[in-house]
Order: sequence, then structure tokens, then C-alpha cells
Amino acid sequence: MDIPDVKKTWRNPINEVTIGATKEDGGTRSHSITIGGSTALPFLYSEGKYPHPAVIAMEIWDIAPTDWSEELGQYFSDVWDSPGKWAKKCVEEYNADLICLRLQGTDPDGANKSGDEAAKAVKEVLDTVSVPLIIWGSGNNDKDNEVFPACSEAAAGERCLLGTITEGNYKTLIALCKADKHKLIAESPVDINIAKQVNILAIDIGLAPEDIVIYPSTGALGYGLEYVYSIMERGRIAGLNGDEMWAMPLLADIGKEVWKVKEAVAPEDQVPGWGVHVERGHMWETITGLTYLQSGTDLFIMRHPKAVNELKKYIKSMMVE
Amino acid sequence: MLFIGERINGGFKDIQQAIKEKDKSIIQQWAKMQVEAGADYIDVNMGAASNKLDDFIWMLETVQETVNTPLSIDSNKPAFLEKLVKTCKHPPIINSTTADQEKLDQILPLAVEYNTSIIGLCMDKKGAPQDVATRIELGAQIFSAAIESGISEDRIFLDPVTMPLRYLQEQVKNQIEAIKQFTVLSSPPPHIIVGLSNIASKSKQVHLINKVFLVMCIEAGLDAAICDVTDEELVDSAITAEVILNKHIYSDSYLKAYRDSKKK
Repeated sequence: MDIPDVKKTWRNPINEVTIGATKEDGGTRSHSITIGGSTALPFLYSEGKYPHPAVIAMEIWDIAPTDWSEELGQYFSDVWDSPGKWAKKCVEEYNADLICLRLQGTDPDGANKSGDEAAKAVKEVLDTVSVPLIIWGSGNNDKDNEVFPACSEAAAGERCLLGTITEGNYKTLIALCKADKHKLIAESPVDINIAKQVNILAIDIGLAPEDIVIYPSTGALGYGLEYVYSIMERGRIAGLNGDEMWAMPLLADIGKEVWKVKEAVAPEDQVPGWGVHVERGHMWETITGLTYLQSGTDLFIMRHPKAVNELKKYIKSMMVE
Repeated sequence: MLFIGERINGGFKDIQQAIKEKDKSIIQQWAKMQVEAGADYIDVNMGAASNKLDDFIWMLETVQETVNTPLSIDSNKPAFLEKLVKTCKHPPIINSTTADQEKLDQILPLAVEYNTSIIGLCMDKKGAPQDVATRIELGAQIFSAAIESGISEDRIFLDPVTMPLRYLQEQVKNQIEAIKQFTVLSSPPPHIIVGLSNIASKSKQVHLINKVFLVMCIEAGLDAAICDVTDEELVDSAITAEVILNKHIYSDSYLKAYRDSKKK
């Protein structure tokens, strides 16, 4: 009996998005990073191309975190009072492809730092490391709209990835993105329909599809991972089948989600039988990342150096056509 | 859904006059309007306005001067076809062949040589079928002849023949059943198409009947229609039907997203 050929042909490539501008492109980065461009599901080389390996941004903050686990503190507490030093350590010691600067300090319910203070942190990171930069707001819409103009201007021409725009808040960031030549993260609350809607709205007011990375929210292993995965996979399949509003690279914000679940942080004296907790955390982050990689994730944001290293090794091992 | 704009047809008075007076503006205006409304192909049909090959070529060139959309050549004169196909900038759809062997012998080699698509009308010399089984039989004959000539499924459009609801109500139900059965003819299946406007011929509720019939056909498996693409409600209904059938991802602006995607 003949074995049927189940190879699929896909109609539409996923957009390529380039983050980081070198001197020739009007920025100061040592190199730029392109994500996306797949013409099939990840690593199915018989069906299409997977031209750009998924990349990993390591997460740093503009203030010293008070709620990060001791395990992460062992790696970063010596540098987390300075975004520049923190970024440098991630790049030089842990091979971060990009840096994700989360402006947690601007949160009005927290340190409530100003836009100028946030812009100073942006500048410090840009001056200290040469990899492309992601700048992520506190998630408070009004405050983000207040803080981002200064940050965007401080990084003008550097082709940073700014985040996030949502269905209810997108105009300010899009204007900045167009003025200062950045890229944007389009966020939706684990909802395939809203993810599409945000892109339609953004493109309608003049953002180019090639300027968008989709962030459909992330759930850690054991905390909604399967649901998010199914949305990312279905959206990616739609994109490959010709739905231009889902033909964008995908982002997974792993570190933030993993390092708040008890399985990653609870010490073994409190949960006997769960194993050594210093091993549990980075493994939880690695497995969460590995899973999202299969759904088509092109860009990860992570925290633990061991998890970053493991996921990078795995991605490299899969880049063999 | 593939929309083929029906409006450049000598059966319409303004087009008939345009052909007689060689007035490009009316034809080009309809070409543009249909493309802006989302037509994937523009059907060009001389109707009874003329029987001259040169007039048909003039029509095709007139359309192509103003839009870059592929054409559907609607001619009942097989002798004209090769010259008409050669006039087209993009591989057209040949509209249409029947299941008659001599017709297939004329049209399939042309489709192969010029890489065109074909519409296979499920009828033969004996006329239009009056039941489901004959429609399927004739459709299957056209489909296998086309596949054997080397034409792939995605270039074959089967048309189970639309008849006026006002006169042949029973046949409309048969047509919908035939659409369902065509979807399992092969994997992947061929395209399934209707010439929509026949359904409401001489009836009082043209728009409503067109719309409901199109939606019912889409549910049965239809994926292409020759219709009035400038009828916004009609096109919106078709897009909505496809969203309801989970063929596109819903978003609040799904109509806009769908229409924008066609504009490129």
C-alpha cells in the first residue's frame, strides 16, 4: 500500500520583522536581528523554510526588583541596581540575543518613576550594550502613554521593539513607532479574535504589518500553557494559510509568568517531594519555552541564565535542514 | 471565497451600447468598480451585442488597460478561444466547457497550453440535468477528463447549473445537494462555482434570493461565484457565512480585514 503524502503546502509566509538598527540603518546597534519569515510550521523543513532561528531576550528592570526569587537574585542581585550593568551581564555572561527592559519602576502603583527617569534607563542600556532592545511599559495604559514619548525619543532610530499596544490603547505608541522608527508588540488577552482585531486597528491607522509582533499573552506550564499554545498554533496556521492579520512573528513572555508560579519558586522544605527548588525553577522555564517554540514562537523573553542556555542549545540543534 | 464580477456582459444595456459605440469608459468604469469591491476575476461576456472576434478582443484589452485583475472569458464560440486567451495578461478562466466530448477536446488542450483554469458546466447536449445524479455524473466526467489532461484540482471549477427559482424550484434543491457531493469528489476537491444571478431571474426579490441562496451554497461547500460583486450586502453575507463556518478567524472588523486582504 502506498503511504499517502501528507505534506502540506502553505500559501503565505510569516512576516519578517527586523529589530535593532546598525550605523548604516541610522542606529548604534552592532547588529540587527530578524525574526519570522517562516513558510511552514517550525522545523518542518520538508514543507517550508524556517529561515530565522527563534531568539531570546533577557529581561531586566529599570528598578531593583523586590519580588524576584532568591534563585534569580543569585545571578543578578549584584547588578540589578543598574540597568546598564544588568544588561551587560546578560549579554556578556549569558549570551542574551536581545535585552528586554521592563519599565516596572514607572508603575503608578509602585515607584511611579517619570518618563525622563525611564528614558535615562533606556539610554543607559543603549550606551552599555550593543544588542537590539525591547522596551516594555508597566502595563498601565495612561502611564505608558505618558512615559513612552521620552523613551521612544531617547532611542530614536534604534529600531527598538516597544510594547505593548492593545485593542483599547494603541494610538500613542503607533505615532511614536512611526516617528522614531521602532517596532511594536500587539498584545491580546489570550484571545485569537482580539489578537486579529488589534492588528486590523493598528494597520488601519497606518502601521505597517512588518512593524508588528504578536503577543497573545503567555501562561506558564501548568497555568494555561495548553490554551495559549492552541491559540498561537491556530493563529500561525491561519497566517500561513493567508490570513494577513495573523501573519506576524509571535512573542512569548516566559520569565515573568514562570517565576511567579509556586512550582518554580516554592522551597523544598515547604513542598517535600517536589525536588530541589533551585533546579525546579529554571527547568520550569525551559520546558515552558520549549513548548512555545513548537507553536511557532519567534521571540522569547526569559530570566534564568540556565533556561536561556538550554533553550538556545535546543533551538540550535533544530536548525538543521 | 473567489468572487468573479459578472457585470461586463453584453446582456446589460450599457455594456451593449459600449460595445457598439466602442466606448471604453463604461466598461472601464465597471472593471474598476468591481475590482474595488473585491473581485478576484472579471468576467467578460459579449452576449448578443456582437459576434465579432475583434470586438471581444477589444473588450478584453479595454478591461486590461485599467485593471490588473485576471479575467474570465465567457464565450460560447470555441473557435475564438485561443486568440482570446492569448490576449490575456494573466492566465484566465475559460468559462465554460460542458461535459460533451467534442467540447472537452477543444477546451482542455487550450487550458493545458496556456495554464488557464476552466469552468465545467454540468450539462451536455441533452441540456441541463433535472436531478442530482446526472449533475454528479457530468461533473465527474469533466473533472476526470481535466485531471487526465494534467489540469490540477485548483484550476477546475465545477458549476452544477443554477436554474431560476421562479420556474424550476425543485432543481435548486438538487443543485445544493450536488454541491455537497462535489466536495467529496477528490481530496483536495475542485472549486465549486455558481453563476448566481440565474437564481432570481424574473423574481421580485432579487437581492434577497441571491443572498440567501449564496449563503446556503457556501454552507454546502461552494467556494466561488460569478455574481454582482458590487452588491455589498451580498459579498458581506458570503464573508460572514465563511466566518460562521470557521474558514476565517473572527475579529470585530472581520469584514474590513477580508476586504482589505483582497485589495492587494
